Amino acid sequence: MIKFDHVTHTYPSDRENETVSLSNIDLDIHKGDFIAVIGANGSGKSTFAKHLNGLVLPSKGDVIVDNYNTKDKENIWDIRKKVGIVFQNPDNQLVATTVEDDIAFGLENIGMEEHKMKKRVEWALNLVDMFDLRNSEPHLLSGGQKQKVVIAGALAMHTSYLVLDEPTSMLDPRGRKEVLNIIKKLNKEENITVIYITHFMSEAAEFNKIIVLDKGKMVLSGSPKTIFMQASVLENLSLELPQVTKLARLLSENRLDFPPNILNEEEMIEKLCLFI
Amino acid sequence: MFIHLKNVSFTYNLHMPFETEVLKSINLVINKGEFVGIIGHTGCGKTTLLQIFNGLLEPTEGKILIDGIDIHKEKMKLKEIRKSIGLTFQYPENQLFEETIFKEVAFGPKNLGIKDDYLEKTVKKALNMVEMNYSIYKERSPFSLSGGEMRRVAIASTLAIDPEVIILDEPTASLDPQSRNSILTLIRELHCRYHKTIILVSHNMEVVAELAQRILVMEKGRIIMDGTPRKIFQDFAEKIESIGLALPQVTYIMYKLKQMGKPLNSGILTIEEAKDEILKVMKKKGGYDEIF
Amino acid sequence: MKFFRNLTIGQYIHKDSIIHQLDPRIKLLTTMFIIISVFLIGSWLGFLIIGLYLLISIILSKVNPKYVLMGTKPLLIIIILTLLIHFFTTQGEVIYQIWFLKITREGIYRGLFIAVRLFLLIIATSWLTLTTSPIALTDGIERLLSIFKFIKIPAHEIAMMMTIALRFIPTLMEETEKIMKAQMARGADFESGNIMNRIKNMLPIIIPLFVNAFHRADELAIAMEARCYRGGEGRTHYRLLSIKRVDQIFFFISFMIILSAFILKIL
Repeated sequence: MIKFDHVTHTYPSDRENETVSLSNIDLDIHKGDFIAVIGANGSGKSTFAKHLNGLVLPSKGDVIVDNYNTKDKENIWDIRKKVGIVFQNPDNQLVATTVEDDIAFGLENIGMEEHKMKKRVEWALNLVDMFDLRNSEPHLLSGGQKQKVVIAGALAMHTSYLVLDEPTSMLDPRGRKEVLNIIKKLNKEENITVIYITHFMSEAAEFNKIIVLDKGKMVLSGSPKTIFMQASVLENLSLELPQVTKLARLLSENRLDFPPNILNEEEMIEKLCLFI
Repeated sequence: MFIHLKNVSFTYNLHMPFETEVLKSINLVINKGEFVGIIGHTGCGKTTLLQIFNGLLEPTEGKILIDGIDIHKEKMKLKEIRKSIGLTFQYPENQLFEETIFKEVAFGPKNLGIKDDYLEKTVKKALNMVEMNYSIYKERSPFSLSGGEMRRVAIASTLAIDPEVIILDEPTASLDPQSRNSILTLIRELHCRYHKTIILVSHNMEVVAELAQRILVMEKGRIIMDGTPRKIFQDFAEKIESIGLALPQVTYIMYKLKQMGKPLNSGILTIEEAKDEILKVMKKKGGYDEIF
Repeated sequence: MKFFRNLTIGQYIHKDSIIHQLDPRIKLLTTMFIIISVFLIGSWLGFLIIGLYLLISIILSKVNPKYVLMGTKPLLIIIILTLLIHFFTTQGEVIYQIWFLKITREGIYRGLFIAVRLFLLIIATSWLTLTTSPIALTDGIERLLSIFKFIKIPAHEIAMMMTIALRFIPTLMEETEKIMKAQMARGADFESGNIMNRIKNMLPIIIPLFVNAFHRADELAIAMEARCYRGGEGRTHYRLLSIKRVDQIFFFISFMIILSAFILKIL
């Protein structure tokens, strides 16, 4: 479990002032959770992500990962084995000259014995369907493929928590789908806890739980169905609902029995079939 | 100003071991004042096509005529073309380099011959268009800005040239919803208010459906569909889906329902249209006491 | 952008040959010996021996010799210049005269000697890079350098820098092209003007490249830290290097041959 205990994070913005990037975050993330964290620019979601593996430390409060406090220097490497993170720019995360070597990078860092590495790398490659491309050079891969390699690199470390900070924002629709499908599979089949940061509500709709941040505070938390009912709050936070949800809201204004919190196209079609 | 592509093909690394034909026999006319959207998968040749439009790339076969002139034959200074056809690449903030925003936005106009006394006016106008206050921003470094602001400065630097045709390659890539909407509003204004010819490449179907008057669908180097958004998304919905491009959400819903036999118009592009159509059909059904 | 799609990192051409399978350290050391030897050689016989040795190695590596020759193309001008300079400036018996330029017998001899030396050096290094993948090369260099750990040579850091540089060369090349096009779309001119102007005109490309490179480095460093990177301490290697029988024999034979090439000078 990852526990955020009254976490606040500030940094000096100029000589007199401090900027608050996170304010009193209290949150428990359980093993196997499939969570989306959404917020507008400046909501603190990236800072939040970096707290999960100790890249950033709280100014007040604690972040505890499986009983390890991120503030304890001796624990930091164990924490980073458990919590893998995928960033936005696929290119700036790949270090080696081939896919295979990049996945092995993390294992080399933690001093894994050579004969164990090969198997682990193979396992990770297969989990993300990149085994056939193991000898490819990074610059020849598509954006979606690159992100999959980054994910595989984290998996190889036997990560139990996978944090993804806007991993699809530089990808095309195909790449976006690739990444989302992989993490869904990993959560379902390998019970990997997924914490997914995004500003796309249409992506957030696919998760089991959504947390909404605004100016560093947690303002909403719940299932997509619950969160999507709060359309006006979301719009005030500069978050844009997917087309289907906007349509559902308009319809529900005219037909009170029509649900306004429709999450995706399939659900909309299903519901409409009951009415027409 | 019209752009005419006659049987244009383009091959990278022509006659070399790794040659790849990226554009195949493109025949196309873009008329003054049009708003054209180009959609297609990564690798279908969109970015190459854009570079043909402003002369950055010369067709390996066929020719491109601008206002009737073959721009590569005349050996004219291709720089002249850049005065009337502006191109903003994807992630244009990567091109910023000047010390101040003023100099950055003035770079284009300066290169293309605008005299120093007019520069201030030009830069001011361009920054206004992207909703950045001239006096606040002009002396600041472009590198001190947020991502969204840098994007707007980059776009302003193309607008400052005041080209007749503005080409934008994924102008809203990676932007958050708020920044995205403001850029889209700007693009709409460029077309409606400033009467620019706009060519927009985007992966976002919903944006293209709403803004473009004409859509070109590309696949493997060819233009496979060319028509109004309604035509493309209504008559060719199936083809669009089959090549792996996604219809706008509301269009998809109506298309699927129509496939299922529901008495709906499927040429729907916007949420408003969808709502009206659905309510219409709901009312009709409400009048009958039976299950459809 | 598409232009660089197919260019692979380095000159490496993958083949299934004995040479390809040799330990990179052995190949590196062998190449170093060849280079040293070529400088010490005093006779044409020595060159012949080295030349034959390289020819046989190339044949054994199954790489098309034309790729090896392609490696000499960029330096062809230097070789020719060297030849000419020696032809015309060496004192001695004049055999030919064009205008005021005198070609001497000694000049021809000297020029050819040095040209052949240069040629062999290029062939030797081409041979190395064509048969050894960039990863293997950096691994080999790292292992060799780590022998000097006691004098604080940062072997791991050097290897890491090389790896990252190799990894990013194609990416940076693509980016340069993109930036250049973006600036050209704004009327930038990289073709006309004198040398001073052209250098100034490069600023719109160099500055964004640098800014982006620093940005990349920053992000990459964070990503590496997130993957438990903390320098070379305690790091293991994914690719094992081991000296096999084949490596030992190859090294012995090569050593003997190369040695004989310059010892003959003394005899």
